[in-house]
Amino acid sequence: MTAAPNSEAILPAQGIEAPRSGKVDPKYLRKGSSRGNFEMVTWVFMRVSGVALVVLIFVHLYTNLMVGQGIHQIDFAFVAGKWANPVWQFWDLTMLWLAMLHGTNGMRTIVNDYAEKDTTRMWLKSILYVSTTVIIILGTMVIFTFEPCLVDDSGQLLEHAPSFCQNVVN
Amino acid sequence: MWSWVGHRITGVGIFFFLLVHVLDTSLVRVSPEAYNAVIGAYKHPIMIAGEIGLVGAIVFHAFNGLRIILVDFWKQGTRYHKQMLYVVLVLWLVTMVAFSARHLMLFIGGE
Ligand code: HEM
Repeated sequence: MTAAPNSEAILPAQGIEAPRSGKVDPKYLRKGSSRGNFEMVTWVFMRVSGVALVVLIFVHLYTNLMVGQGIHQIDFAFVAGKWANPVWQFWDLTMLWLAMLHGTNGMRTIVNDYAEKDTTRMWLKSILYVSTTVIIILGTMVIFTFEPCLVDDSGQLLEHAPSFCQNVVN
Repeated sequence: MWSWVGHRITGVGIFFFLLVHVLDTSLVRVSPEAYNAVIGAYKHPIMIAGEIGLVGAIVFHAFNGLRIILVDFWKQGTRYHKQMLYVVLVLWLVTMVAFSARHLMLFIGGE
């Protein structure tokens, strides 16, 4: 055999059958464990969400920072302008959920790797899951209950309200 | 090995930034003043440098994440994992030169 690049990385070793499902003695299949195939589902989720996040985040950074006036354009009116469009509402919502779930699952892996005491692990993961829940619910509510043309008690538009509000109120 | 350390550190860093970023964005539900005041902090020169660092972390995590996915799902993935790491580093450099140049130009130009 000719030497291939990184030949030490070729797996599996020649002549040894790869452990495909069905060819494996049932006693080696991790069926019936209480974990079910949760870890496999999260493993797939990390990859599927990762691919989606590349598109979601790169477009997010491009439209907010690379076009128009870039960082200087970011203010209340800019957000109002974007969320007037349901496509951007949906975009940001998907990005929020996928990034939070992907990030939380990644953090869960890291806690499992380094926190060796059961109680420490339990505490760290509890804090993690509570934070994640709060942030996802808060972010979702902000996107759906956002009100661009806020008025004060006398019905006057608040300062810094986007210019299109002039036509909406009064 | 080092790409794994880099992937882990950038993942944690991005996660904590995301928590803060959802909180600062939530201020649009408080008032335009509150949002504009806090988001104004992102326009400070030190924060501009921070943003370049943050985007650098995201772009590395994204490209290296795609490499991990290719190693897992592409037949030749394990054979070319090293070459793919060089591709990740080159693409990262190109993206970051372009991003930093544009971000700095817009920042200086719009002052
Ligand atoms: C930009 C697109 C992204 C891609 C392509 C991506 C891809 C990946 C992949 C493939 C993994 C490995 C999962 C495993 O080994 O099972 C991973 C881990 C991780 N990701 Fe991402 N990710 C992205 C965005 C994010 C974001 C936005 C966050 C934070 C909110 C994040 C946080 C993490 C964390 C904390 C880990 C765990 C690292 C470890 O276990 O060493 N990632 N990512």
